[in-house]
Amino acid sequence: MENEGKVDFTKQVDAKEPEKKCKCKDKFLEELFKTYQPIKDNLIQMLNEIQDHYGYVPMDVQKELSEFLKVPMAEVYGVVTFYSRFTLKPKGKYSISVCLGTACYVKGAQKIMDRLQERLKIGEGETTEDGKYSIEAQRCVGACGLAPVFTVNGKVYGKATVKLLDSVLDELETSN
Amino acid sequence: MKTLEQIHQIREEKRKELDLRVNTKLDTREKHILVCHGTGCTSSNSPEILEEFRRILKEKNIENVRVIKTGCFGLCAKGPIVIIRPEDTFYAMVKPEDCEEIIQKHIVEGEVVQRLLCKDIDGKKVQSLDELTFYKKQKRIALKNCGVINPEEIDEYIAFDGYKALEKVLKEMTPDSVIEEISKSGLRGRGGAGFPTGKKWELTKVNEADQKYVVCNADEGDPGAFMDRSILEGDPHSVLEAMMIAGYAIGATKGFIYVRAEYPIAVKRFQIAIDQARDYGILGKNIFGTDFEFDVQIRLGAGAFVCGEETALLESIEGKRGQPRVKPPYPAVSGLWGKPTLINNVETYANITRIILNGADWYFSIGTENSKGTKVFALGGNVNNIGLVEVPMGTTLREIVYDIGGGIPNKREFKAAQTGGPSGGCIPAQYLDTPIDYESLKEIGSMMGSGGMIIMDDTKCMVNLSKFYLEFTVSESCGKCTPCRIGTKRMLEILEKLCNGKGELSDIDKLEKLAHNIIKSSVCGLGQTAPNPVLSSLKYFRDEFEEHAVDKNCRTKECKAISKIMIDPEKCKACGLCQKVCPVGAIQGELRDKREIDQSKCIKCGTCLASCPFKAIN
Repeated sequence: MENEGKVDFTKQVDAKEPEKKCKCKDKFLEELFKTYQPIKDNLIQMLNEIQDHYGYVPMDVQKELSEFLKVPMAEVYGVVTFYSRFTLKPKGKYSISVCLGTACYVKGAQKIMDRLQERLKIGEGETTEDGKYSIEAQRCVGACGLAPVFTVNGKVYGKATVKLLDSVLDELETSN
Repeated sequence: MKTLEQIHQIREEKRKELDLRVNTKLDTREKHILVCHGTGCTSSNSPEILEEFRRILKEKNIENVRVIKTGCFGLCAKGPIVIIRPEDTFYAMVKPEDCEEIIQKHIVEGEVVQRLLCKDIDGKKVQSLDELTFYKKQKRIALKNCGVINPEEIDEYIAFDGYKALEKVLKEMTPDSVIEEISKSGLRGRGGAGFPTGKKWELTKVNEADQKYVVCNADEGDPGAFMDRSILEGDPHSVLEAMMIAGYAIGATKGFIYVRAEYPIAVKRFQIAIDQARDYGILGKNIFGTDFEFDVQIRLGAGAFVCGEETALLESIEGKRGQPRVKPPYPAVSGLWGKPTLINNVETYANITRIILNGADWYFSIGTENSKGTKVFALGGNVNNIGLVEVPMGTTLREIVYDIGGGIPNKREFKAAQTGGPSGGCIPAQYLDTPIDYESLKEIGSMMGSGGMIIMDDTKCMVNLSKFYLEFTVSESCGKCTPCRIGTKRMLEILEKLCNGKGELSDIDKLEKLAHNIIKSSVCGLGQTAPNPVLSSLKYFRDEFEEHAVDKNCRTKECKAISKIMIDPEKCKACGLCQKVCPVGAIQGELRDKREIDQSKCIKCGTCLASCPFKAIN
């Protein structure tokens, strides 16, 4: 319980085989459909759980959901693409987010973001080809006292500098 | 289930047990070690510190000492923070390795660990929280319990008059008298626009319906604002209790709280609060033996700024895309599923119980003529004491920045304060002495907003900042109405032109005209306020815009396309610091030589600018 606010490292998404996980109604979906009543109001709540579980919202899960809630597929897709928390593609094994909230921005978060994109050679919202890294821009983590901050799979690195980012990336590079 | 008598008993017994939290003079052998568990301190490892304290205490077999997790103390920049009560010793930037020393020296030997004390703005080390200038000018009403109680223990909340206001309301007051009390207090909505809260309650009450709803807006999307989150993390029951009081006043039995999914700790603590209240029979049917019933559910947001707009929020609770509705009808008439709905934000609710218990007159006596009570600000940016502050309305910006905030770091000049986030504007130095309230901020072209306050020093480019806010609005515009969807995009393009040195003087006029059109014709609050940051920057810093357009120059060097970084040979003392920090090795020069920048290698990151102790680089 004391680990609140941190993402479990063991829960990483396996980017190589996303398809296999959601070909059919797996155990997770079955459980999910048992806990929620099939009414439209529950759509966003269920999508939140789906995003947390798979790391993204796969298309065939959207289809299942549309049948379960009796909501047209277009509407489910519309909701998924409206909210920035839901993604259609799996994130990298290491999901790196740079906070671009105003407090961090004023303290130079853009430099961190620029450097990150330069090193990983991908843009914001993209995943590297090997599925190892993805970059996201975040709007305020709430740790403004530590600004600027970036997070790796939810672990917060505060008072960040280009140097700190470099050393964290170097470490991830050698980790496997 | 607990009866009212049992709750009274808990209050009395627990209050005695917790007296040392608020009474610094208390003569007791007991000690409470409070460890901040707000998001800021949690991010810098406070849970590990808590564990370490517990482990050491167990290992050394020390009794009479309890380690407690609390909500935010406010001074986030100095985290992780540990406070020892009753003597109220304030330790800053504590590391897990320091725990042993704190226990041995402070707890066992009774000596203060000097090296971990916090420095005040005059450089002197202070021992207790109240001695810090940061706290002296604050008045804590909404944040009263934050940092005092364990937010995950309902008994601790009850000990400090928790659920007493609800009892008073249910047993002694009619719904009308509750609304009258809130109206008399002068409380206005803390979400930003400042609509009188009592009036809102009354409007919702007069609409008859078989079902009404109470909604708490905790979708704090303004980047750089974290007031609501800290309240939910530090004192969730006070919001829950206020929602129940509101339910009683307007005749609703169901409540929803809409929280950002990015706030996992707040969500978790609020859920614990709901569960505990249900367990005690405080939430449910026949509350306190009356026929009043109420229940609350949490709904998670999914990262859309527009959902902070009340009608978009309602759409989102209903499971749809968060697109605002056309008003009227207002939610008080037709809200959630077409039923009358009351929507207030977290901080507004956090004031309710104090008003009921202390009386409307007490609340009315605080603040300015038209803005009563206090306001919580999330102070951030280029200021020494970053953190959460609560001040009476009418406090000046100067007091917030220089006394509470401890001034601007690196001896830089204050340039502007940004309030109201992407809907607000900036306040330049000439208004430092304006007392802050709803009206005065509006007059000078900004707005109160939800409470984000970002301080900027003279290294910040206002054109670039305007661009930053427009980027935000463009990506967060829901797309429903054309002026906001397309208009803000065109504004952003003009600002990008200016920042890249491709703008012309006429662009500034176009920008202004477009801004006014968007304000006039957008559907919701997001579009109607989106041009504010640009307009207020134009009002006070027009010369900077013109400089970008005509001279193709950015005086702060933030707009990289039109700035070169140079080292002034007159001022350079050849210390070599810049050479060390340069990430691309563009700075050359031997040991005692003055340094030079190789423009072909320079990526204009500006790291050297900040590193130079002689301000020789610009």
